[in-house]
Amino acid sequence: MIGLLAQEAALTDTGEWIANGFFYAMAAVAILGGLKMVTTANVVHAALYLLVVLSAVAGTYVILGAEFVAVTQVLIYLGAIMVLLLFGVMLTRAKLGGEEDLDHEQRWIGALVAAGMLAVMSYSIWEAFDTQKLPGDRTPQLTQQVSDEIFSTYIVPFEALSVLLLAALIGAVVVARRD
Amino acid sequence: MTSTLASSLAVEFAYWQTSIFKLAMAFVAVLIPAGGTVYLYLFKMVSFMQSRLGPMEAGPYGSLQLLAEVGKSAQKEDIVPHKADFFVFKAAPYVVLLSTFLLVLVVPFGPDAVFADYDTGIFFALAVSSISVIGILMAGWASASKYSLLGGLRAAGQLIAYELPLVLAVVGVVIQAGTLNMQGIVSAQIDGEIFGWGAIGNPFILTQIVGFFIFMVAVQAELTQVPFDMPIAESELVSGYMTEYSGFRFLMFFIGEFATANIFAFLAAVLFLGGWGIPPFVADLLFADGNYSNWMNLVGPLVMATKMLGLTFIVYWVRFTYPRFREDQLQKFAWKFLIPLALANIAATGLLKVVL
Repeated sequence: MIGLLAQEAALTDTGEWIANGFFYAMAAVAILGGLKMVTTANVVHAALYLLVVLSAVAGTYVILGAEFVAVTQVLIYLGAIMVLLLFGVMLTRAKLGGEEDLDHEQRWIGALVAAGMLAVMSYSIWEAFDTQKLPGDRTPQLTQQVSDEIFSTYIVPFEALSVLLLAALIGAVVVARRD
Repeated sequence: MTSTLASSLAVEFAYWQTSIFKLAMAFVAVLIPAGGTVYLYLFKMVSFMQSRLGPMEAGPYGSLQLLAEVGKSAQKEDIVPHKADFFVFKAAPYVVLLSTFLLVLVVPFGPDAVFADYDTGIFFALAVSSISVIGILMAGWASASKYSLLGGLRAAGQLIAYELPLVLAVVGVVIQAGTLNMQGIVSAQIDGEIFGWGAIGNPFILTQIVGFFIFMVAVQAELTQVPFDMPIAESELVSGYMTEYSGFRFLMFFIGEFATANIFAFLAAVLFLGGWGIPPFVADLLFADGNYSNWMNLVGPLVMATKMLGLTFIVYWVRFTYPRFREDQLQKFAWKFLIPLALANIAATGLLKVVL
């Protein structure tokens, strides 16, 4: 971590230092939280570590100037999805203390897939941004810009996503129906 | 005289000085209204409603009772149940308080008297208000008690159900103001006009009366105040998710609950009652010399406090008047009445916004 920061010696002003330093701090929190999430022996602890990871990702969005996305991340992932997940876990199996049968024999295949994912993602990010650094004097993107983009440039993917969510909603109703 | 006083207040401060000042004021903005309304309404008003005097011994007219309660809680033993999940149990009250303190960040108290003027304003407030549910679930699970777990689950189910009408009620205001920013919502109400008549601005309670009703009901439920207090139903669950907590940690839950009531009242004041603004015709009379924005930084917090006291009064009035909802009534009320009503309100507001 400190080695990586030392390599950032090309950074000129304090703003860049702060932005990049915070990015590494958030990344470290996210990575540690993710590791603890898969290694912990308690389902609720795993869910709480996932919360830490998602908050760190929200922090990263703030550093990138995407205020609206960060707030959405908090509202949807922390406030709704994680609460529902915790709710479900606590209703079904929420033992205090460690559990023995949380491990799985296919964990090495899982680790392999994760490593492959990491390689592909790192490569593509490296290709796209290479030596670019976070500028220090970034103004956050206004919500109005985001909404203008969604309803002009990205209207087709937006509508497609809406239809997908509608399909999921109807599917849930069909599955939950008793008759 | 007035102009010299106001301009002498416009001193330049360094960034670290404003930061320390803001940090101190955040505690003032959270704790002073909480203490004030708890004494005024929870101790005194309810006593008068029930034909008794309430606390009379500590200080004149029992006004120092709250300090006695805090002192009592602070010196009690901090008990952690034997089988409890130590770390999660201890962290839960902090998560609830974190949500309270994040909420106050975006509340504007004057043209410049605001902790953080985010572009996403009200959206940020709604997002961080849902963090307290996580704290409540953590407390309910980590206590290693059936009462706590049941209370936590009920709280989560209730808060999920009432989060939706809360957000949807705000959408109507956002459509009318055309911005998510809290200062933008305030100025939209101060500068607004009702059919060309701008003497009192356009407080959104007039046009968004349905939204105001939904918002206040949802706030009551989010705070687990009495008609919606299934999660801490004392006759069946002892004290719900707070059952195993004692001493200072119980006090933190208590502060979290009542401070959040005030901050939601602040939010409702900003959304529906014009925030720190006073009616334009009054402002024209008082601040004809053009020092409006300087003076409003001083008067604004008092205006906000007045509106907050009025709205909190409604919260406590309902709290001490109505009996508790049953769990199924509570869920039905949210999903089958409030949410469709809120959606209809959004549709009507959007339609009128386009037509007018």
